[in-house]
Amino acid sequence: MRIVIIDDSGLRATVLEEGLREAGYDDIHIVPPRGAFVARLERMAPDVVLMDLGSPSRDTLEEMLTVSRALARPIAMFVDQSDEAMIGAAIDAGVSAYVVDGLRKERVKPVLELAVRRFNAFARIQAELEEARNALSDRKVIDRAKSILMAQRSLSEQEAYALLRSSAMNQGKKIVDVAQALITASDLLGGGL
Amino acid sequence: MTTNLRIAFLPLNDVAVLAAARERGFAEEEGLSLDLLRTTSWATLRDRLVYGQVQAAHMLAPLAVAVTLGLSQQPAALAAPYKLGVNGNMLVMAKDFAAALDPDPASRIADPLAAAHDFAAAIGLWRRKPVIGVVHRFSSHALMLRYWLASAGVDPDRDVVLRVLPPSLTVEALHAGEIDGFIAGEPWGSAAVEAGLAETVAVGERIWQRGVEKVLAFRENWLEENSETVDRLLRALARAAVWCDDPENHEALAQLLADPRYLDQPSDLIRRGLSGQIVARAGEAPIAHPDFMLFSREATPFPWRSQALWIYSQLVRWGMAEHSPENAAKAGGVFRPDVFRRALAGSDVPMPGASMKLEGAVASPLAVGSRKGDLTLGPDRFFDGRIFDPEQIDDYLAGFVQVR
Repeated sequence: MRIVIIDDSGLRATVLEEGLREAGYDDIHIVPPRGAFVARLERMAPDVVLMDLGSPSRDTLEEMLTVSRALARPIAMFVDQSDEAMIGAAIDAGVSAYVVDGLRKERVKPVLELAVRRFNAFARIQAELEEARNALSDRKVIDRAKSILMAQRSLSEQEAYALLRSSAMNQGKKIVDVAQALITASDLLGGGL
Repeated sequence: MTTNLRIAFLPLNDVAVLAAARERGFAEEEGLSLDLLRTTSWATLRDRLVYGQVQAAHMLAPLAVAVTLGLSQQPAALAAPYKLGVNGNMLVMAKDFAAALDPDPASRIADPLAAAHDFAAAIGLWRRKPVIGVVHRFSSHALMLRYWLASAGVDPDRDVVLRVLPPSLTVEALHAGEIDGFIAGEPWGSAAVEAGLAETVAVGERIWQRGVEKVLAFRENWLEENSETVDRLLRALARAAVWCDDPENHEALAQLLADPRYLDQPSDLIRRGLSGQIVARAGEAPIAHPDFMLFSREATPFPWRSQALWIYSQLVRWGMAEHSPENAAKAGGVFRPDVFRRALAGSDVPMPGASMKLEGAVASPLAVGSRKGDLTLGPDRFFDGRIFDPEQIDDYLAGFVQVR
């Protein structure tokens, strides 16, 4: 079974491809949805096409599936229209699948289930990365606020942090928000730091 | 008790009524909380609606007809009781291509018939078959472009390449030289003009003076089972539409739509389409098109069955749908004036007495029969003067010269 993954994000495609290979599928191709990707896809004659539901290129792909003469049979979205739980899970995970008409659903279902699991795993990784990135920039903001306090009120680093934390607790806010407000105020007042 | 509704949309100016209903309290007044879900492709918007992930969608009217006829992936009976807008599309072409047309953009736009013939001549001069971006096979834009090109003897399936791409990618594709122009809803045409990449060649309002655009689409069975909620939503939208139509509110509306949750585009570009101040070439003064886009006046939201049938006639014309009495009935049945009437019976919205009309027959503002209030229909002519009689689809189709 030839599987083509259309994906902009190299990482998600790799995560998916690895999973498919571990499960024993070896005819897997990754195509980014740019330029003449439609022509490439036609030459590959895939049995299954997997794509991110959020990709803006889905309309382009579907148009190609409609007009293509090279792809012998029409291709349908999802595996089994009656399997609503599966469809819901796929949409939630952001997976869209196009399957050559006539391919037995027992053969396709595991592929789709795997794609759903991997897309979900990828979304988790993304969320964690995003969180880490935010934490990093939060740290920078807090550090800058601390140095303002240290310079302007002659506090030690621990004292500056303690002051930020207690203000945050008193106001029911996050430390980073208090720190940001302090930086803004300091900038407005020409604090020079 | 507040009812929560999930509605999918694409980032376009004509999501205005939904956005205003949510942001300006119209939905809240009806006890509704709207969860507006931005999507990036019509395919995904369609799937979310068909598979029940959202209750309603801001949908291309021809797509709603096509899904119901089983022409776009999983067939599903859809129902459109409310039109979210009329007009608002613009065809822009790369500056080099536009150089072969009438040099004055205003006169190009004012005379679509001459512009179509100039366009036909320009095709031969271009270095390749012009590649024109359309947002979807089943879009009002594609049907309008086909209609316009064919009037000058251009076969849209042979003489040009129609490339499907989502509105948000049009400007980038033009920049990369992948397309030579595109037809889309605003603010994307204005964005391409502003970037100095393209010029306006035609506006929808001059091709069909009152062209059907987006509808609010539901799954038919959900619509039937939730009539009370549907009615509340339609009432909220009708009030939001009045607010959106008022020129005094266009600035506020443009700023609201500029928000990253909606269009994430500059508000001054968005405002051009809303207020009909169209800049056709970068740096030039805007050209006034007061009917560029309508939300409320002239009973704009009323889903005339004849308009669904006009869409059907075009799908048949281009070989996309099979012509049969069953298909015609299904297509016409997508538009639901009965639901519109039920929902807005107690309101001050002018209510047309009929559900079908001749399309393209009104040359100047016309007072018509209305159950209540004064209703004046604006001019709705097609630029070639054809009139669509929904009872005579065969004759209408026979009247087009086959370009192939």
